[in-house]
Amino acid sequence: MSIGHTLLGLLESGPRHGYDLKRAFDEKFGHDRPLHYGQVYSTMSRLLKHGLVEVDGIEAGGGPERKRYAITDAGITDVQRWLATPEKPEEYLQSTLYTKVVLALLTHRDASLILDTQRAEHLRSMRILTDRKRKGDLADQLICDHALFHLEADLRWLELTAARLDKLREAVAK
Amino acid sequence: MNARQWGRDLGMGVRFALTGGREGWVRMLLTAVGVGLGVALLLLTTAIPSALAVRHDRDQARLDYTFGPRLPKAANTLLISDTDTSYHGKDVRGRLVEPEGPRAPIAPGLSKYPAVGDMVVSPMLKRLLDSADGKLLRERLPYRIVGTIGEPGLIGSHELAYYAGAKDLAPRVNGWRTARITHFGPPKKTPANQADPVLILLVLVVFAVLLMPVAVFIATAVRFGGERRDRRLAALRLVGSDSRMTRRIAAGEALAGSLVGLVFGTGFFLLGRQLAASVEIMDISVFPSYLNPSPALAALVAVAVPAAAVLVTLFALRGVVIEPLGVVRTARPARRRLWWRLLLPLGGLAMLAPMIGQGRSNGTFNEYLVIGGVLLLLVGVTTLLPWAVEAVVARLGRGGVAWQLAVRRLQLSSGSAARMVNGIAVAVAGAIALQMLFAGVQGDYTKVTGQNTDRVQMQVNLSRGVPFLPAAGKFATTKGVRKATTLGSTELGDRRWTPGNGPDNTVELTVGTCASLREMADLPSCRDGDVFAVTGADRDSDVTKLARPGRTLHVNTSDGTGGGPDVMWTVPGELKRGRALIGPAGYKESGVLMTPAAASRPMNNALTGSVYLSLDESLPDVHEYVRNTAARIDPIADAMVWSSTERSTQFNSIRTGTFAGAVCVLALIGASLLVSQLEQLRERRKLLSSLVAFGTRRRTLSMSVLWQTAIPIALGLLLASAVGLTLGAVLLKMVGATVGVDWPSVLSMTGVGAAVVVTVTLLSLPPLLRLMRPEGLRTE
Amino acid sequence: MTPPPGFLLAAEDLHKAYGPTVALDGAEFSIHPGEVVAVMGPSGSGKSTLLHCLAGIVPPDSGSIIYNGRELAGMSDAERSALRRSEFGFVFQFGQLVPELTCVENVALPLRLNGTSRKQAERAALAWMERLEVDDLKDKRPGEVSGGQGQRVAVARALVTEPRVVFADEPTGALDSLNGERVMELLTDAARTANAAVVLVTHEPRVAAYSDREIVVRDGRSRDMERAI
Repeated sequence: MSIGHTLLGLLESGPRHGYDLKRAFDEKFGHDRPLHYGQVYSTMSRLLKHGLVEVDGIEAGGGPERKRYAITDAGITDVQRWLATPEKPEEYLQSTLYTKVVLALLTHRDASLILDTQRAEHLRSMRILTDRKRKGDLADQLICDHALFHLEADLRWLELTAARLDKLREAVAK
Repeated sequence: MNARQWGRDLGMGVRFALTGGREGWVRMLLTAVGVGLGVALLLLTTAIPSALAVRHDRDQARLDYTFGPRLPKAANTLLISDTDTSYHGKDVRGRLVEPEGPRAPIAPGLSKYPAVGDMVVSPMLKRLLDSADGKLLRERLPYRIVGTIGEPGLIGSHELAYYAGAKDLAPRVNGWRTARITHFGPPKKTPANQADPVLILLVLVVFAVLLMPVAVFIATAVRFGGERRDRRLAALRLVGSDSRMTRRIAAGEALAGSLVGLVFGTGFFLLGRQLAASVEIMDISVFPSYLNPSPALAALVAVAVPAAAVLVTLFALRGVVIEPLGVVRTARPARRRLWWRLLLPLGGLAMLAPMIGQGRSNGTFNEYLVIGGVLLLLVGVTTLLPWAVEAVVARLGRGGVAWQLAVRRLQLSSGSAARMVNGIAVAVAGAIALQMLFAGVQGDYTKVTGQNTDRVQMQVNLSRGVPFLPAAGKFATTKGVRKATTLGSTELGDRRWTPGNGPDNTVELTVGTCASLREMADLPSCRDGDVFAVTGADRDSDVTKLARPGRTLHVNTSDGTGGGPDVMWTVPGELKRGRALIGPAGYKESGVLMTPAAASRPMNNALTGSVYLSLDESLPDVHEYVRNTAARIDPIADAMVWSSTERSTQFNSIRTGTFAGAVCVLALIGASLLVSQLEQLRERRKLLSSLVAFGTRRRTLSMSVLWQTAIPIALGLLLASAVGLTLGAVLLKMVGATVGVDWPSVLSMTGVGAAVVVTVTLLSLPPLLRLMRPEGLRTE
Repeated sequence: MTPPPGFLLAAEDLHKAYGPTVALDGAEFSIHPGEVVAVMGPSGSGKSTLLHCLAGIVPPDSGSIIYNGRELAGMSDAERSALRRSEFGFVFQFGQLVPELTCVENVALPLRLNGTSRKQAERAALAWMERLEVDDLKDKRPGEVSGGQGQRVAVARALVTEPRVVFADEPTGALDSLNGERVMELLTDAARTANAAVVLVTHEPRVAAYSDREIVVRDGRSRDMERAI
């Protein structure tokens, strides 16, 4: 998952200090893996360099931790593009998908569209696998089946999440 | 221990039936209604003997015995005159009454006699007279209605009867239509008529025939909804009940249904009893109070029905293995065997065989053998039918899709198909046998009246002494009368007509106009004042002996109960001759004919007038016009419609009973057919809608439903006809009558059976079409 | 909006309510000849109703369904039945085989309904049963065969009239994955060979993966995933 895009997304609701960003990230996404300060600063400086964020102001007293960041229009476009791009279907991508959905909700975007886009992508992969399986030998079939079952599990998760979007929206808004 | 276990399991079944939710309730309701209808019919049947007895008693109690010896007028005598008539084909019991003293007997149902010119009537007669329909009868009974006859004076709720006050009946006493009586009821207590053994046989067979299908019906009713129950039982097995317990629980459910059915049945019976008062079948109506089932029989019904329900369920589950995960019908039941199925009807024949030819001359039939034999033969239908259906259906060729669907379904479950039509088959077999028996015995119980209805359609007999010549004119001007031939008659004897010592030789004396006399004899010439001696028939010798000019003869003036005045007549010198022709009465008669001018006044008083009428029978109510004219001329005139035959009334009532019973039973079975048909359709709802989805025409499916019912029914009716004809032939042999097939009744009974099928199919079509709607595909 | 040319069966703005329950609320659909389209969605979303409308089993309350240039809404019930008999085939989840008829008779049934003689119909039926590898079951009754076999018999029956469109409603719903897969392979292969379009209602992604395209129905509205974004 992309920490840069996530932090950018968090900035969309308004300028924040680096420390606030870390806290917000940990709260929403970093359940078992809190961000290091260093990770935040290096990411932010990379984003600054690419013109996706700008420094909104510096609190008196100096020190890097007091810098307040704001997202630029280029930054917003970047988040948009990232959210709209389906992830390559692979195992264990729920955390990325989850992040995308929550961010979409936080930024009042259509989260179901993200899910549907993803589901179409998943199904496209499944079709390819199914096709390969039909033409292949037993080994191919077994390998494809393994992938298919995982994809199916993802798809089921997508469906379930789609069905629970309203609840999730409430939970995120808290 | 064992009994307690039984009780506990049955109780659990009862509880399941009561607490089974909506579906359970519906199932129990169906069973209860089915059993209830059966119970009601059973109770009704048990009540029939008592109803007939009450009817008979009432009829006896109001008997006015007119044939007794002549009584003198006294304080306790009543003059009563029988003025029975009929109106629009229904009998009207009529009596003119004239109490002669304060202690004159009061007729049952009356508190006092109406005054002269008044009458008391039965409720039904009152209704008829008040209606537009009764206009013509009203003209005939010109009395003022002052009251109604109470129930004890009537033998049916629909009986038409009246007592009218009259005067001057005394001179009309003739020991026949008019009499002086001192009490109502039979002259002396006589034991009930020794019933004809053949009639008893008929009654026994009627009961057996009617009750068999009811039993079959109840057996079917406790199995309503069987498939769903089986699924529930499987669930019970899953939670650990063993297969015996499961069966007992199932029996408990049936028990609950049949107990509720008993309650329903009692309700239906009470309802039916009330309804019974408002209907009349073939001139027989009853009062609700007549229909009291004898307590012993009612108790028997109350015990036998639930017991039968339990037994039937246990029996039905015999071929079913209820496994925890579902119900397995013992896979592909063994091919039905014929031999033991044939044993039953053959056994029945064997029981009846010894009585063949016994007839009514050789004493009574053995009731047990008769009932047993008939029942076995009829049960034989129910055992043979499944075999026949299976055997035939397995060989049925292939036809269209509808036919194929129906035949395949029957092949797979021929047993249940056969079960469905068993009741109808038994009823039809029994009814055919009965009809055949009726038709065969009919000859013995039908009197050929010898009346030739081509020339004369009605005859009116006037009382003795009523001037009959003026009557001729009145009849001639009555609407619808083509020709009225009026003849007065009495007899002439060689000695005075004293009771016990009458004349040795007598001849008939007939008085009428030339035209009327020419109907009876070929007369060379005729003028008023002529007298003829007619020969050419049986009693020519008496005529030649007595009708000699100058000889004095005595006119018969007696009224049947004693002597009258001695009226003498001398044969005139100018006696003409004539040859007898077949007269209006339908036969040749030799005797003395006389024109009116030749008859003296005292002679005229001794004459009984008969009017022979030729009618335009296409005119509606023509008989009523004639009866009205007759009543105007003489209230106690007897007007008869001629018919070529006349049936015994006792025979009629049995025939009536069978018909009513057969119709009731068939309707009942039709209802159960409909219920099981609908249940079957509901089970197949999904299949039906998927068939519709891929474009099956509704017509195809409807036709397949029709075939599915029609094939087993056709087989059932065929078998029923065969068994019915056999039974009928045996019964006819037993009573010694000639065996002949009464085709109209065979056709009509099979027709009624077929009509039931068609009705059931038609009634099940709307639900079928509804089930076939594509909404049935929805699973939500 | 008229459906793009080249479509065999297209529907737009379909509305259908069963009493107070709204089953379809502006659904759209289209399918090319020889195409396999999966209709997915949660249960109760209206996907079965969409199939029933498309197949002319249930008339929609409003909207248009055009099959091969003809408007289905304008047809009488008899015409739609005839269309289903001759041009459409059906496979359902269960309860579709007539339990009294043998398997071959079941497969021959649609042909017989069209008036084909029994012999000819059963010969054609047997050929299809061979293709679906169930010809050895021909004289068995549906109650005597396994679920997968029964479903293959049903597929043979759906294809026996050589329909232009096969409607399959959860055809593998009652089968395990191996049997389900086999049925799907046979169904899609046979349909592709015959250039028949398949409308496949399913909630199983692995079954939907046999399709060329998918449509998701949610709350009575359909979403074509090719044109989603």
